[in-house]
Amino acid sequence: MPTVLIPTPLRRLTANQAKVEVAGDTVDVLLHNLEAGYPGIGERLLDADGKIKRFINVFVNEDEIRTLQGADTPLAAGDRVSIVPAMAGGA
Amino acid sequence: MTRINRDQLIALAKSQIIEITPQALEQRLGNGSSPLVIDIRERDEFEQGHVPGAVFIPRGFLELRIEQHAYDPATPIVLYCAGGVRSALAARNLQEMGYSRVESLIGGFGGWRSAGLPVTVPRKLTAEQKIRYSRHTLLPDVGEEGQGKLLDAKVLLIGAGGLGSPAALYLAAAGVGTLGIVDYDTVDLSNLQRQILHGESWIGKPKVESAKARLAEINPDVTVVPHREPITSANALQIIQDYDIVLNGSDNFPTRYLVNDACHFLRKPLVDASIFMFEGQVTIYHPGAPEEGISQGPCYRCLYPDPPPPGEVPSCAEAGVLGVLPGIVGSIQAVEAIKLILGKGEPLIGRLLTFDALEMSFRTLNIRRNPACPVCGDAPSLTELIDYEQFCGMPARE
Ligand SMILES: [Zn+2]
Repeated sequence: MPTVLIPTPLRRLTANQAKVEVAGDTVDVLLHNLEAGYPGIGERLLDADGKIKRFINVFVNEDEIRTLQGADTPLAAGDRVSIVPAMAGGA
Repeated sequence: MTRINRDQLIALAKSQIIEITPQALEQRLGNGSSPLVIDIRERDEFEQGHVPGAVFIPRGFLELRIEQHAYDPATPIVLYCAGGVRSALAARNLQEMGYSRVESLIGGFGGWRSAGLPVTVPRKLTAEQKIRYSRHTLLPDVGEEGQGKLLDAKVLLIGAGGLGSPAALYLAAAGVGTLGIVDYDTVDLSNLQRQILHGESWIGKPKVESAKARLAEINPDVTVVPHREPITSANALQIIQDYDIVLNGSDNFPTRYLVNDACHFLRKPLVDASIFMFEGQVTIYHPGAPEEGISQGPCYRCLYPDPPPPGEVPSCAEAGVLGVLPGIVGSIQAVEAIKLILGKGEPLIGRLLTFDALEMSFRTLNIRRNPACPVCGDAPSLTELIDYEQFCGMPARE
């Protein structure tokens, strides 16, 4: 199964786990399975149309999915899916 | 096309531009209506002496770099070379780019000097500087030349807080000659857990003043320019224009979008970072500098086209932040700024570095320019600063 790296602001929804293993052979399927396993996380990642929110980036291994096949990007066991939200803190 | 010879070309150029005498230029430098004076000679000529306050842009790079120094085409500009010929030809080219107030110094630097006007002789490292920077100059990638670049560099820090503190301390220690600091806040007791630029005795006093005092104590070579005002659409271009590189240590989304857009419009590299709880992100948004072999990277809007709705992403003031975290992330920003100044190494452009202090892991993710980006894309729809508080639906202050 791919591993999903959960950013700090969302770890409250994964019982404080920084990494979770989630099944899914595309990014889209994986994100829906993530919501099934950790209710509440889906609405933080996806908008009302089911699209990834525009202040969140999803990477498969090192590459941002818009440079791959977007939400249809295929996943293999062992792939690492990073969720990277905009953060404003600096002070 | 009719062929014209060298002398005819020079005569033609001079007939199409305005020339200024050394005496008239000196008068304008003294009376506060100072034009942007650009020395277009070669580096070694500039280093042997130049008109006080002149910016150095060698002739070959003038058109490529002019926008970094004069965004507004109505900026009054005086160009000079050694004898007044190259600058006349160059002035004509700037006019073609739309600069309407370009003048060429009659007689060039030679004329200036023989009129007995003041000359700035730039540095050779002093005996004290040779000792102070010896661990730098020993490095082949720095050397005395690189140290000279650091001393000539102008870096603007947005915020003298968590990220700005370590960045300012290290940049000052490194001898970055001019450090601008934009911060409107005063030092608060709750800042001292991480904002290592400030101390107890400065509580209640402006952060820019505290920063200035601390940095002067570290390195008297550094000129600290305090900007004690909030950065807004009304002043951002004006403030940023005078610097080579911007380091972002702001704490809110409106300022992040503002600084991104302003840096893109002014073609300034933006060393960006943000922190949250135990996690940090760093990258450089670079508009590209073909003459330095740097191609354009993505901007903040490529990565984050829209801000999160208010309340969806908690701030550090709400969720907390490990005090050491900005120490690491802000220091990485300082490293990247120094690399850009020196022109060494692989700058963090097109790569987002993420740091997780709990895992103690660094990851580098690839990010790309979005051709549909409203600011840096192929057909930009945003070409001037907007109301960022409205865009983000939140105020620019925590
Ligand atoms: Zn962009």
